[in-house]
Amino acid sequence: MHELSLIQALIDMVVKSAIENNIKKVTKVQLVVGEYYGALPETLEFAFAILTEGTVCAGSELAIEKRTLLLKCRECAYEFRPEGYLYSCPNCTAVNAALVKGRELYVDYYEGE
Amino acid sequence: MKVIVGKDLLSANAGQAGENRVLFNNNRVTVINLISAPGSGKTALLEKTAELLRGKLKLGVVVGDLYTTRDAERIERAGVTVVQINTEGVCHLTADMVARALQEVSLDQLNLLFIENVGNLVCPVSFDLGEHAKVALLSVTEGSDKPAKYPGIFREAVATVISKVDLLPYTDFDLPACLEEIQKINSDQQVFITSARTGQDLSHWCAWLEQLAAGKAKGNNLASR
Ligand SMILES: Nc1nc2c(ncn2[C@@H]2O[C@H](COP(=O)(O)OP(=O)(O)O)[C@@H](O)[C@H]2O)c(=O)[nH]1
Ligand SMILES: [Mg+2]
Ligand SMILES: [Zn+2]
Repeated sequence: MHELSLIQALIDMVVKSAIENNIKKVTKVQLVVGEYYGALPETLEFAFAILTEGTVCAGSELAIEKRTLLLKCRECAYEFRPEGYLYSCPNCTAVNAALVKGRELYVDYYEGE
Repeated sequence: MKVIVGKDLLSANAGQAGENRVLFNNNRVTVINLISAPGSGKTALLEKTAELLRGKLKLGVVVGDLYTTRDAERIERAGVTVVQINTEGVCHLTADMVARALQEVSLDQLNLLFIENVGNLVCPVSFDLGEHAKVALLSVTEGSDKPAKYPGIFREAVATVISKVDLLPYTDFDLPACLEEIQKINSDQQVFITSARTGQDLSHWCAWLEQLAAGKAKGNNLASR
């Protein structure tokens, strides 16, 4: 349930920014989540619904943009999307490819009045 | 009104982890974040490690537990400074929990600090505590498919300790297949095949720890490079 901690961090961030921007009600929060985190959208939404209660974010929509994993082979520099968990290179079969994309985890923007 | 934020959710944790790391480095303490499922034998391993390293390295332990202080009491009996963090239900330690615990530790007196994370193979992986190395623990009673099911921790671990191998004859744990899987996920890591009950392979584990700590040994010029 690290989704709870992540969403709490998100709410803290948005609440702080809303105060600075004199926003009284947040209507939408756009979150970008890399596949690496394996966070389930439903769990994030559930946590968001519960933890926003009593904050400026209460009742707002959580929009989640997923970013798929992109890896780069350390041996032959081939870039690929992994199939399964082994991260082995389809070009040369080397394991342990490096992560290029898919580890994003940030609030892109939010909307409010 | 639309407000662009673009800020990483883990940035607050990452900031605090960075501060912890500076504190560890200034005190020349090597720090290990120990991660496993509940009951894999983290506390048992630390009890044994404390015994074997007595007189060789000064050890400290920060132990995370959902509610109790039982683990802290067990480790304390092995003669080690222990600080307990009760996470009140949170399934992983965060850098600021560790920072608060560090106020109770004389870091300048230590060579090696273990952070026993909350029993959980998934959540702790995302939260940097400022450690120098993550170590994964996997007991043979959990089944040899765990690396395939929870690859994240094995990908990030500098070492994996297979524990409770004294129980191997009573399980269907496929050790060779598991080792192969771990190597495929992360071929750079050290693997120790241990039992806290019989002491198997703990000498290698302790030698490795001594080596790791020597990299930061107090008064050692190598450490400041
Ligand atoms: N047979 C056997 N039992 C072990 C070993 N290590 C730990 N245990 C037992 O496994 C249980 C859980 O161990 P503990 O250290 O509390 O696990 P933790 O939750 O990861 O800290 C305890 O009953 C230990 O006595 C081992 O090497 N062999
Ligand atoms: Mg324990
Ligand atoms: Zn390749």
